[in-house]
Amino acid sequence: MTLVKKVNRRGFLKTGIGAAAGLTLSFTIPEKTRLLAQNNAARAFPLNGYIHIGADDSVTLVLPKSEMGQGPMTALSQILADELDCNWSKVHAIFAPVDPKLYGPMQGTFGSMSVRTGWEPMRRSGATARAMLIEAAARRWNVDKSQCRTEIGAVVASNQRATYGSLAEDAAKLPPPNGVAPKDPGQFRLIGKSLKRLDTPLKVNGTAVFGIDAKVPGMQYAVVARCPVFGGKVASFDDAKAKAVPGVQQVVEISRGVAVIADNTWSAMEGRRALEVHFDEGPLANLDSAAIRQMMQEGASKPGAIARKAGDGSAALSGAAKKIEAVYEAAYMSHAPMEPMNCTAHVRPDGCDVWAATQIQTAAKQTAMQITKLPADKVNIHTLFLGGGFGRRGGADFIEEAVEISKAAGIPVKLTWSREDDMTHDLYRPASYTRFAGGLDADGWPSVWAANVGCPSFAGMRNGVDSAAVEGIHDIAYEIPHIQVEYNKADPGIPTTYWRSVGYSQNTFFTESFLDELAVAGGKDPLEVRRRLLAKTPRMLNVVELAAQKAGWGKPLPAGHGRGIAVTNNIGSFNAQVAEVSIEKGKLRVHHIVCAVDCGHVVNPAIVEAQIQSGIVYGLSAALKDAITIKNGRVQQTNFDKYEVLRIDEMPVVEVHIVPSQNAPGGIGEASTPTTAPAVANAIFAVTGKRLRRLPIRPEDLA
Amino acid sequence: MANIKFTLNGKSQSVDVPPQMPLLWVLRDTLGMTGTKFGCGMALCGACTVHQNGQAIRACITPVSSVAGKTITTIEGLSPDSSHAVQKAWLELDVPQCGYCQSGQIMAAAALLAKNAKPSDADIDEVMRGNICRCGTYQSIRQAIHRASQILTASNRPAHKGGVA
Repeated sequence: MTLVKKVNRRGFLKTGIGAAAGLTLSFTIPEKTRLLAQNNAARAFPLNGYIHIGADDSVTLVLPKSEMGQGPMTALSQILADELDCNWSKVHAIFAPVDPKLYGPMQGTFGSMSVRTGWEPMRRSGATARAMLIEAAARRWNVDKSQCRTEIGAVVASNQRATYGSLAEDAAKLPPPNGVAPKDPGQFRLIGKSLKRLDTPLKVNGTAVFGIDAKVPGMQYAVVARCPVFGGKVASFDDAKAKAVPGVQQVVEISRGVAVIADNTWSAMEGRRALEVHFDEGPLANLDSAAIRQMMQEGASKPGAIARKAGDGSAALSGAAKKIEAVYEAAYMSHAPMEPMNCTAHVRPDGCDVWAATQIQTAAKQTAMQITKLPADKVNIHTLFLGGGFGRRGGADFIEEAVEISKAAGIPVKLTWSREDDMTHDLYRPASYTRFAGGLDADGWPSVWAANVGCPSFAGMRNGVDSAAVEGIHDIAYEIPHIQVEYNKADPGIPTTYWRSVGYSQNTFFTESFLDELAVAGGKDPLEVRRRLLAKTPRMLNVVELAAQKAGWGKPLPAGHGRGIAVTNNIGSFNAQVAEVSIEKGKLRVHHIVCAVDCGHVVNPAIVEAQIQSGIVYGLSAALKDAITIKNGRVQQTNFDKYEVLRIDEMPVVEVHIVPSQNAPGGIGEASTPTTAPAVANAIFAVTGKRLRRLPIRPEDLA
Repeated sequence: MANIKFTLNGKSQSVDVPPQMPLLWVLRDTLGMTGTKFGCGMALCGACTVHQNGQAIRACITPVSSVAGKTITTIEGLSPDSSHAVQKAWLELDVPQCGYCQSGQIMAAAALLAKNAKPSDADIDEVMRGNICRCGTYQSIRQAIHRASQILTASNRPAHKGGVA
């Protein structure tokens, strides 16, 4: 867990697989990577860190990214296959081992960066491998390579033809050439098409292997009893009753609690139920949500570190023709991926293997190395499918636990967290308390934008500011002459981390709602205000116009219905949403959400559309359903009965419009999540005239 | 411990486990059939949905003793080759994202269609609201159930009766 706190994922935007690109082509392939392709019947030959070609013409992408539904397995394969000019039906992907030389110093999947940072390396790797296959053919036929070309999976020259599979062994012996130019985008054959996902066949018949599905010979099953209060620890325990439960084999103490190990997960859970354990609950034992709110409120009431100042900042408020003030709040949220945290570890004196659904392989490996004291080459991280991530699986807490248990027990162990463990020991999306003050000029246009954010910090401070706490507020694209955004760290000690779209997840709700407040105060239409203030941000303006047009902004609606609009600029992409809602007998219904998105060059439109829908559902859940609350230092919500999430009967019709673009690819996994809550809240205002200033929205807020 | 016999995916199965052990863990840990997923342990999320004598049940709260003598079908046994109408529709529409809930979604949808070959949106809501998807594939799930209904209707003509588990 501590490791993760040190990971500033934004800092790796310029490294990750992007930085590895230049290295990839000149590095030899470690034996470990070679072995990954061993399940192929035919022999496979690595042409570089990303591509293996089998004698049977199969093409394997070695994927240094985690597949948690967001689609990098398919999208990156698509880029590679297009440049390689291979047969798409022969392409499959495997998860890469941890290798900093090949895949960068922080191998992981975060920040919606897979396609953004994979675009160039995948194109160059594919193009370079293609050049090596051509070179191999030219040598075999003793012709000049200029006489050779490729034709979907084969090299041809006049009357000669050789498949990639027949050339792979020779090609793999050649030194990778430098400076091979990738295709002209006009020549793309696969990029830009809604090709079927490579993982779907495995996910409709139960054969996809998720972290929780790992199987190791001799493996036993563990659960951990942890202190329910954050920061607490085990004071004492008596394992006699736990060991009396049929199937329970061992009880071992680890850093974060007491592990019960059994023949199966259920016996381990029964053993934990019988375990007598006393905790020292530590300094947070009396903490509750009211005290947390007060701490953040006090934080936001003091002058803070300056996150942004433009013009005269908040001093300009006194000269404004009209001044508007409001407080916005958001609660702690759980990630609640469908697959609870789990990890399988096998620690031996001479090595350690870890099978996990992890978002940050490097952190997993470092964690295992620290605990086992084994060198890097003795610790293997095996990435399996992730049953959802949303930022949660960037944590290494579950890795740490499993490795400690296996080390203590001396056997391979699969650790499974129950849903209750998962929900009460998450690393949460922070709560926030933010004071806004806005000024209007004499014509009613926004002239001052001031905010003071009271919020925990987890992503690292620079000049007193955690950018993850203020993003979406301090970096607004709106052209407002005077801006001042301050930050006051207010941290009650609840563990927090990245949560799909990070600071934008609450801050975009604040800013897009408060901007609507300024529009209303100035007597302007919310669309009109955004048009004017985004005039110099064409890509953002464009998605606003497109969403408004497709949703019929301004056109009549049934009685009791209302529309709201919001826009987000995050992860290198732009999206605007128009929500249509109604409230009948106090019950909110979100009928329709129209989203326009500009995420640059699109690799797979179907995946983009699916991710937009996905992000909207995630955002709607957080806007309309339950919050995480704290009492006596512990989380009160333990399962999906008290922490409800959106279900199919509440699903609005979502309509996605993708802006065609030749710009560099932007991110997509986290794009749409922030935009939904403000679009819905602004639509509710259009119906009720009541401004909603806290997330999640409670039923009583609608009356 | 008790010896419990039931039919699993068309074959007779016998297990020696505590009688109150949930079917989910018998499937996953004792028998190594991990297609059925653990999500909540309280029948709140539907990830563990399997069929008992053709009806959708939640394996996480079903004591294995209660399935003695019954017929259980899991995602692994829905069809030998992903040819069930629901699987075909799921493939055609590329429904899954992370995929973790999808075994349960598919089993719930298959049980729904076995009872109601042409479900309305309201019918779909009523049954499928028991299955949570955190990736938010609900719109695709709805479309795919309608598509599976079409596939079934086409294949259920008298001469060629399609199998619904």
